[in-house]
This record gives sequence, C-alpha cells and structure tokens, in this order.
Amino acid sequence: MIEARSLSKRFQDKKRGEIRAVDKVTFSCEPGKIYGLLGANGAGKTTTLRMLATILEPTDGTATINGFDVVEHPEKVRANVGFLSTATALYPRLTAQEMVEYFGRLNGLDEPTLKKRIEDIFSRLDMNGFRDRRCDKLSTGMKQKTSIARTLVHDPPVMIFDEPTTGLDVMTARTIIGFIADCRDRGKTVIFSTHIMSEVERLCDHIGIIHGGKLLEEGTLAELRAKHNEHNLEEIIVKVVGPLANAEA
Amino acid sequence: MNLHAVGVVYRKELTEWLRDRRTLISTVLVPLLAFPILISGMISLSAVLIGGAKKEVPKIMIIHGEDSPAVVDALKSNKEIEVVPFADNWMDQISDKQIRAAVEIPEGFQASLDKGTTQTIQIHYYEGEIKSEFGAEHVEKSLKAYRDDLVKKRLEAKNLPDTLIAPFDTKQHNVAPPEKVGGSTIGSMIGYMVIILSMTGAIYPAIDLTAGEKERGTMETILSSPVSRLDLVLGKFLLVFSASLTTAILSVTSMGLSFAYMGHALAKTSGAGIHMNLGLTSVVAVFLMALPLSVLFSAVLMTVALFAKTYKEAQSYLTPMTFIVVIPAVASVLPGVELTPKLALIPILNTSLVCKEIITGTYHWGSIATIFASTCVYAAVAIFVAVKTFQRESVLFRS
Repeated sequence: MIEARSLSKRFQDKKRGEIRAVDKVTFSCEPGKIYGLLGANGAGKTTTLRMLATILEPTDGTATINGFDVVEHPEKVRANVGFLSTATALYPRLTAQEMVEYFGRLNGLDEPTLKKRIEDIFSRLDMNGFRDRRCDKLSTGMKQKTSIARTLVHDPPVMIFDEPTTGLDVMTARTIIGFIADCRDRGKTVIFSTHIMSEVERLCDHIGIIHGGKLLEEGTLAELRAKHNEHNLEEIIVKVVGPLANAEA
Repeated sequence: MNLHAVGVVYRKELTEWLRDRRTLISTVLVPLLAFPILISGMISLSAVLIGGAKKEVPKIMIIHGEDSPAVVDALKSNKEIEVVPFADNWMDQISDKQIRAAVEIPEGFQASLDKGTTQTIQIHYYEGEIKSEFGAEHVEKSLKAYRDDLVKKRLEAKNLPDTLIAPFDTKQHNVAPPEKVGGSTIGSMIGYMVIILSMTGAIYPAIDLTAGEKERGTMETILSSPVSRLDLVLGKFLLVFSASLTTAILSVTSMGLSFAYMGHALAKTSGAGIHMNLGLTSVVAVFLMALPLSVLFSAVLMTVALFAKTYKEAQSYLTPMTFIVVIPAVASVLPGVELTPKLALIPILNTSLVCKEIITGTYHWGSIATIFASTCVYAAVAIFVAVKTFQRESVLFRS
C-alpha cells in the first residue's frame, strides 16, 4: 500500500531561487493495482518517486509505504520497496549473480534464503545463461533483467518504476512491461511513471497527471476519458496540462 | 551502525577494486616497480657516466705561462691530463666539450714565486659537466702537488722543519652509530614517502567510490537499498583506507629494498655505502603513526570527491589537495625544522616530523601521544563530515 499525503519537495537554486518540484501531492495505491504517474519532463514525477523510495526526503508532508513512514523509517521503507529507473545502473565489475546477491545481503537475507531466491528469480527471468558474466559485458536486455532481479531479490510488496522502458528496444521493453504486470498479478503495489501512453493504457488501474509539481487530475482511465470526453490519453493530458503549460510559456 | 551491512559493502567494494585493472596498476604495480626501476636506472646511469668520465684523460689548455716553464712542466708531466696547444677560443672549446678545462697562469708567475709574492692561477671549467669537473680536479691536484713540493724545498733551503706550516692536525670523530647516520637522511624521507603515498593510494578509490558511482549511475541504485548512509559510507571508507595502506606498505617495502640494494651496490663500487639498518620496530612505529593520518586522508578525499559529478571533475578537485599534503610533508624534511609542542598539533607536518625522530631511534612519548591523539581526533572529525556529506541531497544529486 502506498499513501502520499501532501507530499512536497522544494529545492534551492542559486539562479532561480526556490523551486517547488513537488507541491502537496496526495494519492494512494492499493496492493494488486498499478498507479501510473504521467507528466512532461520536469513535471515532478521522478522527485515524487524518489521521495517514495526515500532517496530524497520530503520538505513537507509525508508518505507511508506498507505502513512505514518515509521520513521516520526510511530504511524500513526501502526494505519494502523495489526501485527501478533508468538511472539505477549496475556495478560494471560484478557479475549478474554477484549484483543480485549484494542487494539480497543488504536486505538482510540469510544465505540459504538468498540462494533459493536467486535460483527462483534467475529461472523465472531466464538469466542462467549469463549469471556469471560481468555486468559491463551484458547486453541492454540482460542488464534490465539483472536490474529486475536486483529489485525482486528481497520480494518487496511495493514496486516503484521510474520510466523503466525509456531508451529500450521493443523486446526489452516488452520484458519490463510483462514484469510489471506480473508484479500486479502477484499482489504487489506498483507505481510507475512513463511517457509511453500505450503502456499506461495496457497496465494502469489508476492514473495521476502531474504538472509543475501539482497533481492536476486523478482517476481510472475510464473516468478520465468520460470526464474529458476524449478517448485518446495523450489528448487528455494535453487538455489537463495545456492551459497551464501555455500560461507558463 | 550495522557491522554486517558495513562488511557487505566493504566486501563488494573490495571485489570490484581487485577486478579493476587501473587499480592494480596504480595501487600495486606502480608502487612495487617504480622504486626498483628508478633506483637501478639511476645506478646504471651514474655508473656509466662516472665510469666513462673517470676513464677519459681530459684535454687541458694552458693560457699564458710562457714565462713560467716550471709550472707548465709540472702540468705536462701529469699523465692523467693531456695538455693541448693554446687557442684563443678556449672558452668556446670548454663549452663545446672539445677540451675539459683551461689553466690560466698569470704573467710573471715564476718571477713572483721567486720574489715570494703570491699570485692566483685560475682553473676555468664548466660546472655541472662531470667530465669538465674531473678535468679541473686533476689540474688542481697537479698544482697542489707542485705547490707542496715548492714549500718543502723552501723549508729545506732554510733548514726549517715541515711542522712549521702544520703545527698541529685536526680529525673529526663521529660518535653516532652508523644506522642513525643513515637513519637521519633516509628516515626523513621514509616518513615523507609514507605520508605522500598513503594519500596517493587513496585518491583513485576515493574518486571511484563517490564521483565514479554518480557518473556510472550506481549511486541511485545503492541509495534505494535498505543500507543506511552511515553503513554505506563506512564500508566505502574502509576500502579507501585499505587502498591507502596497501599502497604505502608496498611502496615503502619496495623503496626499502631498493635503497638497501643501492647501498650495497655503492659500497661495492666506491666503498661508501649507505647504512640501511633502520630496524623493523622503527618502520612498524612509523606505520602506526601514519594510520590515523591515512584515515584522515581517506575520509577527506572521499568527502571532497563526493561533491563532483564526474570522475574528471573529482580529479580536478583532488589534484590541488596533493599540494596541501606535499607542502607540510616537505617542510618537515627541511633542515632545522624540529618537533615543538605547537607543531605537534599541525596535521601531516607533525606525523612527518615524528616519523623522522622515530627512524633515528628517538622516542619522545609525550609528543608521540599528542600527535597520535590529535590526528585521531582530526580523522574522527573527517569521518563524521564524510557521513554528513553523504546525507546531503544537494551533494548526492547535484545538477
């Protein structure tokens, strides 16, 4: 379960002064559901997801992940979260297996459990062919699978994906999309951000549209379509964000 | 603090470190090979140069002296030099290495000798050119022998004893044991080298584990794991510290062996060896004193490198820092700089000075305790700052 309550983040910029990257964002996501966070570049998606993953600390407001507060218990939150983004790279000089083992140990798994988990995940993701290959020698697809295995090794109940398919080829992106759907089917709470509307239409149970750090619109895809009398999701986003974006310009 | 998590981070960093070819080159190969190659190169080069210079019979030109045949004959009779005919461009010939030196005998030199007045013979040579210096040395020896002979003859002519011009002798006697004589010169250098090398050994891993992680995109990966920032910094710090110590230990071992070889080689060729009997206790004591300093370097370098976004940027931050370390370390080697209660509180300089004393067998326990304790305090502060810096989002996600 993810619950964000007036989640806010301000940054100080020498030239631009105070920047409200995320401004009083409130939403929730239940187990077995996928929440899609949509918005243009710089809208506040990554900052929101980083706060949920406790990589950044909120300036105001808070969020709970599986009952743990992100401000008060960040380490417990991280133990309950699997975080994957285009910025979460792999250690080049570790093998795929060592990479996953490292995160398993950091999550406090004992050796027999870790071994069992790795065997299970590596078989499920078809990774046995490259488990002993160094990460800097892996193809993009292999790297993504290793990243997925890294996020799954401690079997977290909450998964956070920040533009996980950006820059990937079709086949690798399909693997990721399949994996996200699989997480939902296994009862995990999933939140993810993307620019690819087909992924949203295929996966998301709930959608939030964010712009200028504010959550402007929220609902199921059907609700949004009905409210804006528009089938195309891209057009819906333009309708929601457009007036504000034009005013800023 | 979770020791298990610190250990997990450390083991992972160690695995990556040992697999990095650049690390092995900079931390292991360079320190191990640099000194033997440098020293054996120096010995071979100096043996070739000095041997060649000694073998050569230097060509010497005599300027004037037509009215003073005795001194000219004395020079010509010396088999170790070859007197060549006079030419006006004698100075150019010395510069061009056609002749090695020129002896300028003043006009009326013989007449002055006969009258008992003094004149000066000038020996022209090219300083810094070893063969020219050898040539001048031969000429001086020849002239000295001629002068001594002249004095002897004059004394004999007047029935005076030789002791008239040398009523007493002086002789220096060294009471310092040979190892301390060697220790004072080599000792100041060993302390200096341990300090410099423990810093250079820490630079590469400090960058790799901070700015390197940011550049490779693995910083966000590790920050999303449940490991606390404290445990993460400590695990990383331990690796940087290990690298720092490894480089220092390998370098000093390699340097010690190379100097021992050089001393042995010099003793064999010239009979003037360097005493390298430094003693294991002294070397171990130097390392113990350098430990907190190495901690200080590791923590400070990591903290500074963390501010950088890329490896290159971190290098540009850390390069000026080497000067901050080199200057106090060099100051301690300067003659006359002694350990005082005030200097005992200045980091780097204090350790360098105390190492100099330890190597020569002098143990001022009060100073040693002050220096060890103060450096430990500085090191603890540096680790604290490193941990705090790792908790600053503005540093970790600087854009």
